[in-house]
Amino acid sequence: MWTWHTAAALPLNVRFSPQEGIREKHTGTTSIFPLAPLSLSRFTVRHEHRDALLFTILRRFRDELKMNVNQHTPMASPYGQPQPGYGQPAFAPLDTGYPPPYAPYNGPVSAYQTGEPPQGHGRAPPTSGPPPVSAPQAYNQYGGRHQSDMQNGPPPMTQAPPRPVVSQSYNQERVNLSGPPSSYPQHYGSPPAMSHVTSQMSGMQINSGLPNTAGPGYAPPHSSKPPVSNSFSAAPPATYTQALPPALSAPTQAPPTASQQYYGGPPPASQPPFNSSLPPTSQQPFTSPAPLPPSNQPSFAPPPSYSGPPPAQAPSPSMSQPQQSFPPTQSAFSSAPQGSFPPRAPPPTSSQYPPPPTSTPSGQYPGPLPPQQQPPFSSGPFPSRPQMPPTSMSQSNHLPPESQGPLGPPGPLQQMPPPQHAMPGGYPPQQNGAFGQVRGPQPGFTAPYPAQPNYGALGPAPGPAPSTQKRLDPDAIPSPQASDMPTVQKSRHRIDPDAIPSPIQVIEDDKAKSTEPFSTGVRGQAPPLVTTDFHVKDQGNASPRFIRCTAYNIPCTADMAKQSQVPLAAVIKPLATLPADETPPYLVDHGEGGPIRCNRCKAYMCPYMQFIEGGRRFQCGFCSCVTEVPPHYFQHLDHTGKRVDFYDRPELSLGSYEFLATVDYCKNNKIPQPPAFIFLIDVSYNAVKSGMVGIVCQELKALLDRLPRENPDLDSTVRVGFVTYNKVLHFYNVKSSLAQPQMLVVSDVSEMFVPLLDGFLVNVGESRQVIESLLDHIPEMFANTRETETVFGPVIQAGLEALKAADCAGKLFVFHTSLPIAEAPGKLKNREDKKLIGTDKEKSLFQPQVSFYNTLAKECVAQGCCVDLFLFPNQYVDVATLAVVPVSTGGSVYKYTYFQAQSDQERFLNDLRRDVQKPIGFDAVMRVRTSTGIRATDFFGSFFMSNTTDVELAGLDCDKAVTVEFKHDDKLSEETGALVQCAVLYTSCGGQRRLRVHNMAVNCCSQLSDLYRNCETDTIINFLSKYAFRGILNNPTKAVRDTLVNQCAQILACYRKNCASPSSAGQLILPECMKLLPVYLNCVLKSDVLLPAADVSLDDRAYLRQLISGMDVSETHVFFYPRLLPLMKLESGSLPVAVRASEERLSKGGVYLLETGLHLFLWVGANAQQELLLNIFGTSSFGQIDTTMTSLPVLDNPFSQRLRDMIDSFRAQRSRYMKLMLVKQEDRSELIFRHFLMEDKNVSGGASYVDFLCHMHKEIRQLLS
Amino acid sequence: MATYQEFIQQNEDRDGVRFSWNLWPSSRLEATRLVVPVSCLFTPLKERPDLPPVQYEPVMCSRANCKAVLNPLCQVDFRAKIWACNFCFQRNPFPPSYAGISEVNQPAELMPQFSTIEYIVQRGPSAPLIFLYVVDTCLEEEDLQALKESLQMSLSLLPPNALVGLITFGRMVQVHELSCELISKSYVFRGTKDLTSKQIQEMLGLTKPSVAGQPGRPPAPQDAAASCRFLQPVHKVDMNLTDLLGELQRDPWPVPQGKRPLRSTGVALSVAVGLLEGTFPNTGARVMLFIGGPPTQGPGMVVGDELKTPIRSWHDIQKDNARHLKKATKYYEALANRSAVNGHSIDIYACALDQTGLLEMKCLSNLTGGHIVMGDSFNTSLFKQTFQRVFNKDYNGDFRMAFGGIMEVKTSRELKVCGAIGPCVSLNSKGSCVSENEMGVGGTSQWKVCSLSPSTTLGIYFEVVNQHNAPIPQGGRGAVQFVTQYQHSNTQRRIRVTTIARNWADAQSQIQHIESSFDQEAAAVLMARLGVFRAESEEGPDVLRWLDRQLIRLCQKFGQFNKDDPTSFKLSESLSLYPQFMFHLRRSPFLQVFNNSPDESSYYRHHFVRQDLTQSLIMIQPILYSYSFHGPPEPVLLDSSSILPDRILLMDTFFQLVIYHGETIAQWRKAGYQEMAEAWRFAGPLPALKGQPFPDPQQPLRLGTGDWSTNPD
Repeated sequence: MWTWHTAAALPLNVRFSPQEGIREKHTGTTSIFPLAPLSLSRFTVRHEHRDALLFTILRRFRDELKMNVNQHTPMASPYGQPQPGYGQPAFAPLDTGYPPPYAPYNGPVSAYQTGEPPQGHGRAPPTSGPPPVSAPQAYNQYGGRHQSDMQNGPPPMTQAPPRPVVSQSYNQERVNLSGPPSSYPQHYGSPPAMSHVTSQMSGMQINSGLPNTAGPGYAPPHSSKPPVSNSFSAAPPATYTQALPPALSAPTQAPPTASQQYYGGPPPASQPPFNSSLPPTSQQPFTSPAPLPPSNQPSFAPPPSYSGPPPAQAPSPSMSQPQQSFPPTQSAFSSAPQGSFPPRAPPPTSSQYPPPPTSTPSGQYPGPLPPQQQPPFSSGPFPSRPQMPPTSMSQSNHLPPESQGPLGPPGPLQQMPPPQHAMPGGYPPQQNGAFGQVRGPQPGFTAPYPAQPNYGALGPAPGPAPSTQKRLDPDAIPSPQASDMPTVQKSRHRIDPDAIPSPIQVIEDDKAKSTEPFSTGVRGQAPPLVTTDFHVKDQGNASPRFIRCTAYNIPCTADMAKQSQVPLAAVIKPLATLPADETPPYLVDHGEGGPIRCNRCKAYMCPYMQFIEGGRRFQCGFCSCVTEVPPHYFQHLDHTGKRVDFYDRPELSLGSYEFLATVDYCKNNKIPQPPAFIFLIDVSYNAVKSGMVGIVCQELKALLDRLPRENPDLDSTVRVGFVTYNKVLHFYNVKSSLAQPQMLVVSDVSEMFVPLLDGFLVNVGESRQVIESLLDHIPEMFANTRETETVFGPVIQAGLEALKAADCAGKLFVFHTSLPIAEAPGKLKNREDKKLIGTDKEKSLFQPQVSFYNTLAKECVAQGCCVDLFLFPNQYVDVATLAVVPVSTGGSVYKYTYFQAQSDQERFLNDLRRDVQKPIGFDAVMRVRTSTGIRATDFFGSFFMSNTTDVELAGLDCDKAVTVEFKHDDKLSEETGALVQCAVLYTSCGGQRRLRVHNMAVNCCSQLSDLYRNCETDTIINFLSKYAFRGILNNPTKAVRDTLVNQCAQILACYRKNCASPSSAGQLILPECMKLLPVYLNCVLKSDVLLPAADVSLDDRAYLRQLISGMDVSETHVFFYPRLLPLMKLESGSLPVAVRASEERLSKGGVYLLETGLHLFLWVGANAQQELLLNIFGTSSFGQIDTTMTSLPVLDNPFSQRLRDMIDSFRAQRSRYMKLMLVKQEDRSELIFRHFLMEDKNVSGGASYVDFLCHMHKEIRQLLS
Repeated sequence: MATYQEFIQQNEDRDGVRFSWNLWPSSRLEATRLVVPVSCLFTPLKERPDLPPVQYEPVMCSRANCKAVLNPLCQVDFRAKIWACNFCFQRNPFPPSYAGISEVNQPAELMPQFSTIEYIVQRGPSAPLIFLYVVDTCLEEEDLQALKESLQMSLSLLPPNALVGLITFGRMVQVHELSCELISKSYVFRGTKDLTSKQIQEMLGLTKPSVAGQPGRPPAPQDAAASCRFLQPVHKVDMNLTDLLGELQRDPWPVPQGKRPLRSTGVALSVAVGLLEGTFPNTGARVMLFIGGPPTQGPGMVVGDELKTPIRSWHDIQKDNARHLKKATKYYEALANRSAVNGHSIDIYACALDQTGLLEMKCLSNLTGGHIVMGDSFNTSLFKQTFQRVFNKDYNGDFRMAFGGIMEVKTSRELKVCGAIGPCVSLNSKGSCVSENEMGVGGTSQWKVCSLSPSTTLGIYFEVVNQHNAPIPQGGRGAVQFVTQYQHSNTQRRIRVTTIARNWADAQSQIQHIESSFDQEAAAVLMARLGVFRAESEEGPDVLRWLDRQLIRLCQKFGQFNKDDPTSFKLSESLSLYPQFMFHLRRSPFLQVFNNSPDESSYYRHHFVRQDLTQSLIMIQPILYSYSFHGPPEPVLLDSSSILPDRILLMDTFFQLVIYHGETIAQWRKAGYQEMAEAWRFAGPLPALKGQPFPDPQQPLRLGTGDWSTNPD
């Protein structure tokens, strides 16, 4: 989808030129999106446009140079080339630009910006012009840009950035949001920078112009494989369109043709013409622009190869300046390619390809593209290259192209440069065009315009924009709806949603790209996305399943980091479960002396320790201290300086492993006892009545056989204990020697204690009879209870005291129903007050009501007492307070509001089963050590910290992730990179004390572009959401939202300012890697926590808030941007390709499955095919579907089977069981469902994606101005 | 007229009363000069097999502040059907039921031989007896086992309808619910926390919100269901409880090296008291506390759990070095008072080699009439037999115990009551007959004696208030009436009324008579009680000095001697033994603490102030019997001259029986003569030599009798 090519974009730009265009020239990595132009900006923009044109022209020259190079590559494999090329060319320049270029670039940038806008306009028009076709094109363009961005990615040279691909495409995309974005601003006070978008669009157009120039260069390649190229260009668009189920086919077809035309020559001419002409008659021009994009695409392909060279040569002669300007972007591109190529040639290409895959519907695209890309990748895989220095990297970049074909030759920088130069010019424009134009312009414009009205409301000059937008609207073709109702579209004032970066596209791109195992040996290489199913080879760094970083190239200096505002953080999931085909960390025993560690910083032996003096000593990679190797650990070094036993010792060759800890690592220097599980069950009236007590007791009987154990053949050593409670606590003596269990009632809840020692915690095997008798009796004993009051604090205290008495760590399972109002420590009152929501006092509602639980949590942690809380509330229970202990002790909170045995039993039981059985460590302490220069400064997650460095987790299970933020305290060096070692000392479920060590090395960069090229947006979102959700404890929610928006704006603005090629301020330029940042951020902002709907209770928000804090990246990803799968066709073996979470994507005739990680919805369209219904529900009548069912009927047909399997597999993937909710279209329950369509506006005032993008653009523009 | 001795004996047999003076000096001044106050030892429930209780209510004087019971000393106008109260001279009509009264048809209470009479009253519901076992589980396995067996055995001794409850404690306190069907259930309390009665009842689920909402009203007995959870009729839970006791485990909490087990005696008692308070106030109940060591934690802690800090000794106390003493004592006193108010008594069965904190806890029994038994182990016959003896029955098959006694003393106008010394607490009933001069527990005319046995004896002290210048007419008699209400062990409410009268005598003219009316045994015990009572609060030497002074003054008053001629000193027969008693008293463990632990002293004193005269005298002056081949056993002097080679000596100190074999006898024993048939003569009196229990006719009356021991020859 995202393969927007400049060509496609260009047309759009042309049209929009008057207002603004999206551009990305240099910034191969940046993606530009057309946004609704602001009326005011238009005027200014226009002036700028002219300048921009000049620049763009220069750029084109560069591009052309590159193009030449590209041409070579194209020759090799048109497909692959085009894609990489696209990105690369543009990127290449950037690369060259990188270091030195920056400054210059900046200068140019501003200039460019002015100049670009016009271009954008030029492009924009075109897109709009060819409504139907253009749309697809637009997509293509986007894709192209993405691709190009990706390619840029490589340039970073740092080392093969695995992800560059993705990043690229995004990066370079510039979204021209029509000025109007103001509309969303609803939340955001300031109107979005729609104008930027538009301007970007214009930029896009310009780009397109460039492409044209490049076109020629490409032309050859294309000519060689015209169809392919066409397909390519078309493909991207197609994908987009495809994303929009309806219009897919048509658009795709159209695009190709358009692209071809484009190639023909429209590019150069088109832009200017568009600009001028477009405003008025934008539509027509568009058609022409469409063709352009394709040409761009081809050009792109070459670029990648070029990109490599450029960096090396840096600035090309005359073009140098422009290049420089480009460089940033280019660099990004180049890096992308490099990264992708070297390590994972595939990824970059794949990223490009991905679009095709997404386009799969269109078949056409996917088919051709993938093959192309793949080849490159295969060739591309230059593991060594990634390692190579920047220059080498560039080469490597080249190499990929070479692999593709003749690139090898170009490899030399010289050859490359020229083409690059040529290409650059062309490419950048293309890219710009692609991004801005393709989508931005067409959809974007249309959208913007329509949106403009909205925006207008917000603030910016709505008036003018609208008019232009209206004109553009017709172009809005790309959207599926457009296809359905072309006429309407014309009247619409909207940015085409298809024109803006699509998460689905990115995800699919990444999937397609990640075909080979990801090996962790390469520093600075970003792993595949969390949504991608990939295999990991541990080659010295921890698997991304354990650690994911926001950036894999971190700035060398604090200033850079501050400037970019990109959070430096890692999401660490120390005990993550690995797939069956990956080896769990090896257990290493260093004998009685304990693990070998650095003398000074105490870092554990790891691959970063450098053995010197023949192996007698080693130098610590973290603090450089030299430590003697203990005699028993001595080993000779081979000729390369590696220890001879390098491969025999996990701690020397792997990123993750475990040490067996000695007694010195144990609490009180005593070998720990096996842990204990204590079940504390509320037996008050509500609990009994809801059936919870009966269910729990029944289930526990079975669960006791499945307690966690290290050796599956042996009985678990975990001991168990039971407590029931209402206003008082009942302990049970279940000693094996007793004939009947004994109940011990403790009514003195003010100072809890454990009434018995012997017989409370027992071994299941020995006391089975007594326990079963107890579990049988409990429901019976309390069947007639009339006690409604409960306590809570004493319950946890009881468990804690029991563990203390038994001198072991353990876990409490608390099953609780109501607000603890009985007289006891930790007594709470109902403080839910809807009136406070939205006020400055709202934050207090997220804070614990009393400090009692904080103190209690501290005690729990000290004892290694982890608390899991299962809530069954019928009303407010103050989750914010009750969850304090679970959250601080590494536990989980489960909430089953209005629990009813019949409908919620399954969910609860599955959660319980999983929770009881999951691998867990106790009494854990996590310490994150870093190499000198950075420091772990902040931690997010479910844990407790008593000092600033040690993360204490009473319990740590396989689902818990900790997000760690790093800050500079010194300079980092590019040579050594930055090292992170996360060591977790814990007690295994068998009572063994162990140290799990995860090592991670990332690159350091002195160029911002490198940083932007190697980011992972999903991880950034994970960090930002956790940061924000913690922020609401102390700040008004609105302030937190503003801060979030602001930070993102700064991130993007910094990129724009320092890495993107100069272009019109109206252009929204996004780094490829962060292409999705706005959409995801919007999801965060719209989450119930930050922006509650009226029906969302305070408890729900508090619940979600704590839930997020322990989530890893994949969980936050799906939580914030749910997965929406069309179920019209199910093929065995693969999942249907998701569609974007927007109502527009739902077809009345379809059935969709929506997954958030917490919820599972099955949405049935009102006109769903009867056969479909028959297959799923066994009834062909829409009306007869029973929405209360919680599981699908078991029907004997492949479809039903497949669907149920799919649902099961989804459930298996998540740490919590998802209850299936059936939603019929136009049913009342659909409101809930719609709430999860994150790209849409929501009832509580959350902005739609498009609106938000506009808003974001505006913010960026404000920052830049 | 019989001798005074006969008179005294007769009085004691009939009324259980022994006065120090049987003729009373007629004025305050003279009374004071007599040194030994007018006072008596009164045994309220003295066994009177010949006294069948009457089945009706007593007739009482209608004057509100008198309420004396009709008695043989009253003047009766059979015609007018009116009687005159001999205390306040109020004229009262007989109640309708006495319509048929006449000179020849008199009710029992008017007959002289019924100066002591017992009424059975039908007031109120009769509550069953309640036995609440409070068991320490921090015992050695062997001890615990023995204790469990004793307890299980005791269930069979209880009346079937009696309610039983079980509280066990160690580090925690568990109140066992006895009625549960499904699984056994107990309420647990932390051993370190002082809880109010209200809290305890709430925690046990004994209060209903509605009840709690009405302040000022005494907590009404809860509905049967609630209380029954913890206190169940023996016949219903016999099996349950036997099992429960059988499953009783030693306190499971580990006791680290160098530490004492944590024993929450204080809280356990508090819970027991609170439980009974909430469920059965004013009902006869017995809390039986079994402890194997001192309370080591929580309120009432006597010593810390560090073994290196020994439990307080007299030395520590004298140097004010006993940290917990005051606090603990105060705590237990408060508990004892609460318990006493509700008529519940507390027994302490302490079996340990070391002290168990009786010093601090003694008030629990002293104030509520409970027993204290001190032994070395629960696995000794001493404990087992003594414990069994608690449940002894009398000739009627009733338990020799009574509950919730309230003893009231009424005096004629010339006399006022100063106080009482015995297992009782004051009820603060200030009537006209209450003296301002307190001796013992004074300031009241009513005392509560929560638990009574037939031998429970109180010392009651009076003051003659008649002024010297207002002579009493010749032949005037002073009267004292004791009215004791109590709950009989068969759950009947009864009232026993004892009315006695003594003649007044003018001390100046009739000093001889007065002297001869002196009951030196009673006087010795009464003075000893005063001394012991003082010793509780005063330094030992002060008490001794006081005793000495009293003795000197008495001798001065009644002794015949020539100045400066010690040999001329003579005392009359009625006073002849008194100095000797005082001599032994001074050496007794009641006043001498040397070589006794504080616990032992408390134990001795506890017994001393509650036993009847005979036993008390034995305690003051042990009896030494000599067995020989020359005749029946004879008492001999407590002197080394009594030690002869061919005698076996048996010394009874009440607390201990010591057997001494003369040199020759010892040789015979070594030769094994006692096994031979011809040795039957001394095998008879000394079966202990063969390890058999020594039959002691007095045993049934003696609770807590000490060890049997022999000299180690």
